[in-house]
Amino acid sequence: MRPHSRSFKNNASAALKDASLQLALGGIKNGFVANRAKARANLPEFEDLRDEARAVKEHALAHLDLYLEEYEKKVTASGGHVHWAPTATDAREAILDICRKAGARTVTKGKTMVGEEIAINDHLEGAGITPVETDLGEYLIQLRNEPPSHIIAPAIHLTKDQVEADFRKIHTTLPYDRVLEEPAQLVAEARTVLREQFLAADIGITGANLLIAETGSSVIVTNEGNGDLTQCLPRIHIVITSIEKVVPTLEDACTILRVLARSATGQEWTTYTTFSTGPKREGDPDGPDEYHVILLDNGRTEMLGSEFHDMLRCIRCGACMNHCPVYNAVGGHAYGWVYPGPMGAVLTPSLIGIDEAGHLPNASTFCGRCEAVCPMRIPLPKLMRHWREREYDKGNTPLFYKIGLKLWAFMARHPRLYQGLTGLAMPALARAGRRRGRFKSLPFAGGWTRHRDLPAPQGKTFQQLWRERGQIS
Amino acid sequence: MMAKNKKTQAKPKVGLFVTCLVDLIRPSVGFASVKLLEDAGCEVEVPRAQTCCGQPAYNSGDKSDARALALATIEAFEAYDYIVAPSGSCAGMLKHHYPDIFSSDPALAKRASAFADKVFELVSFLVDIRGMTQVDARFSGTVTYHDSCAGLRELGVKQQPRKLLSSITGLTLCEMEESEVCCGFGGTFCVKYPEVSNAIVEKKSANISASKADCLLAGDMGCLMNMAGKLYREGKTMQVRHVAEVLADMTDEPPIAAGEGTDS
Repeated sequence: MRPHSRSFKNNASAALKDASLQLALGGIKNGFVANRAKARANLPEFEDLRDEARAVKEHALAHLDLYLEEYEKKVTASGGHVHWAPTATDAREAILDICRKAGARTVTKGKTMVGEEIAINDHLEGAGITPVETDLGEYLIQLRNEPPSHIIAPAIHLTKDQVEADFRKIHTTLPYDRVLEEPAQLVAEARTVLREQFLAADIGITGANLLIAETGSSVIVTNEGNGDLTQCLPRIHIVITSIEKVVPTLEDACTILRVLARSATGQEWTTYTTFSTGPKREGDPDGPDEYHVILLDNGRTEMLGSEFHDMLRCIRCGACMNHCPVYNAVGGHAYGWVYPGPMGAVLTPSLIGIDEAGHLPNASTFCGRCEAVCPMRIPLPKLMRHWREREYDKGNTPLFYKIGLKLWAFMARHPRLYQGLTGLAMPALARAGRRRGRFKSLPFAGGWTRHRDLPAPQGKTFQQLWRERGQIS
Repeated sequence: MMAKNKKTQAKPKVGLFVTCLVDLIRPSVGFASVKLLEDAGCEVEVPRAQTCCGQPAYNSGDKSDARALALATIEAFEAYDYIVAPSGSCAGMLKHHYPDIFSSDPALAKRASAFADKVFELVSFLVDIRGMTQVDARFSGTVTYHDSCAGLRELGVKQQPRKLLSSITGLTLCEMEESEVCCGFGGTFCVKYPEVSNAIVEKKSANISASKADCLLAGDMGCLMNMAGKLYREGKTMQVRHVAEVLADMTDEPPIAAGEGTDS
């Protein structure tokens, strides 16, 4: 998808006025957030497990080259193929090449955020191949021609009523007067429609939550079982994933899986955790004839060892956005690209550039709730601040804002001057506001007073009063 | 802890980091802080060479001004036994972010870290370091307490204010839902993204109202000004105060944003 992160403010403004979006977002608090809290409370060693999971990823990243080569060897030994893709274009070409060689017409897809990152659906369609999303959420947004708004719940911005209306509009072969009141009925209908697609597909594309160097396996976690059908039924299975997903051992993968589901949905384990190792072997009852892994870099190597290195630990659980007051207010589409919320605010500028994505690391209150819940203990506010520093150094900070900041900083660096001027200004402001105690509007304070009153100062500054009391220090 | 401190040092010298918002907007919080610190057996001084902790510059990516203000603050305060601020946000800046700012300069990093070890947020200092278990104050009414983000998540301020509030005769604490969720202030965020900030504080305001309390307390002036400003804009008559005012029994001044007029 073409990014529109530049218009974050307008996107956010529209999102705040979208009543059905606001209704949908209202469910996060009692859903993901409450469930994660319960899961955490039920596992006394959860905090230790976070440290362990973090250490696994740190180790893997410190020896990324070794583990990736080891992983490739194991995949090859099991009869699969690894395609290294330095850029999104390389990844798309590798996929299209496999599709062309196979003469594929239909491709089923499990949920893959890396697939979104390289906009694979658009390119498949461009090549005359029909991509069919099989994850319910992805299926819903594909019907609506929308991008995902959350990394684990792509259609979280939709209400049940909207889904029902879409199904009636699009599944025209089914009787119109069928009952579609309960979520379970909607899921059953999607399942019926998708079942035919699974059987017709030439190729199945999935993502990977983890890659295991020791075994050459890719791992996906799902709750619908669609991933299994996507990768087992078609003749060819393509895994599209990125280089930082590799961990050394099966044991390491399990450590991460234990924090992943709990952080994401509050489940101990997702319903399906599927390990894929190469194509069908002789004697295997099912599985694909060909197994391909596309390993995307797309700027990640640049992040290694940089001030954004910690971001490569991300396991895409979505806890940061679930707990983010900004995400909860505006939803994922406002962020304007594939990855929303705090993790997106750090990752997006790395992948599509700070000039396009400059708003994202700025649109945060730095409340720190994302870092507090991140299973991999990624210091998200700190990384967002690094982006602000880069912007400031590049001169991207708006001039009006920068002048204000510089004036204030000059004053603050000269205490006598600062105290002299504030000692004049505050009593004057206090006289103007004393009776009401607040201002409805004030010059240069429109950003504040458009939505809230500005409390008036009490009178003299503390420094003035303290000196007047003869307290010298 | 208090007994030990008393043995080794009769009266620890505390440098009060007033914070710019208390200094400019609500000096009564500064005086309440002084009273509480003195009640806790400290000798309090207010260094003149202080203005702001530098957080607006730091969070705007302006490293050089942040660094200059951090260094000036360290110089003004490093001689004290403790540095205490009536704000989790500013105390968090001094305690956690100053060492980060100087991380590439070993000599200054060491100085910043020695300084940071002595920095505390007011209420947690009273309870955790000075062993205060109760205050001598009266307050009649039901209060609800908002956990300001930096105090809560950077400094672990959660039970300390509740512990002291529970010792006040006549005061009932009634928790709001989502007291740990941000109020939408976020420093310069609230003026850079006013609509988003407004949406967040609207939710906060609804949670505050639903608590049925008639007084809102918190430990940070930024959050308090934001929440008070929103509550009054919505026409809600709620007393809003810094927790130090109530703990120090210094509630003669009108609440934040209330004024002296009859229309408050």
